[in-house]
Amino acid sequence: MSLSELANPTRFLSLTTRILPWLAGLTAILLAIGLYQSVQAPDDYQQGATVKIMFIHVPNAWLSMFVWGVMSLASLGTLVWRHPLADVAAKAAAPIGAAFTFLALVTGSLWGRPMWGTYWEWDARLTSVLILFLMYLGLIALWRAVEDPSRAARAAAVLTLVGAINIPIIKFSVDWWNTLHQPASVMKMGGSSLDRAFLIPLLVMAVAFSLLFITLHLAAMRNEILRRRLRALQMLQASKPVALPQ
Amino acid sequence: MTLGPYASFIVTSYALVAAVVAILIAWIALDHRRVKARLHEMEASGVSRRSGRSATDLS
Repeated sequence: MSLSELANPTRFLSLTTRILPWLAGLTAILLAIGLYQSVQAPDDYQQGATVKIMFIHVPNAWLSMFVWGVMSLASLGTLVWRHPLADVAAKAAAPIGAAFTFLALVTGSLWGRPMWGTYWEWDARLTSVLILFLMYLGLIALWRAVEDPSRAARAAAVLTLVGAINIPIIKFSVDWWNTLHQPASVMKMGGSSLDRAFLIPLLVMAVAFSLLFITLHLAAMRNEILRRRLRALQMLQASKPVALPQ
Repeated sequence: MTLGPYASFIVTSYALVAAVVAILIAWIALDHRRVKARLHEMEASGVSRRSGRSATDLS
């Protein structure tokens, strides 16, 4: 099945109905393996057991940016190629991205308190991620405020693409500014500086959370397609002539 | 396994992630059920798609 064939919502629904149970099962298995490895991972010589927060904080932080990337691609699909599923994909991804960003902020804060001595610091990394979270909420509010899905989609697509400027700022904030947040230790030039005992559980959890996002995103897209069918039927019903009493 | 003096921070982090993921899953599942039920109601009242296919047909 090609990408253009998937542009048909009915074909997309048929495909998601078939693959969702498999994706959900694979996600659950990988999450279980990742959690087991996270529990079994040794303590860090400096951070002690608090290093275990990394196994959930980092995947959520990566996904908070990745989901905005997916929404940016979908926004291009809306504005440039007018793909019928593009704005469905963007709209369905926003609440999931907001949840991952919220978790990245809160788990980071809970990790920061014992390590830095503070829950929050207005440094470049933390502030730019907070802005990302607020942008997710703004997009969700925009989609809810505009009734016509196609008008909302265009406005949201422009806002998403403008907001994409924040993604490299988040990524490189630890290099460009003097921040309390540590610099990149997994994805960096010259390879990861993490020991394999921490790197492997972290990568397993990252793959598991990515699969979780794909599963939830496809399910949310399916809901959005059905919601648009419902809207179309409601409009059809409203346009039917009403027999007036004689 | 001992979690040391900061056990509450670690346990709270994992519990919060579990709770938010569970809420996301439940929200999407309930939304699916609600939209499908409304589509069924609409079709039962005689409104159907132009194609004639059921709006809740996912196959």
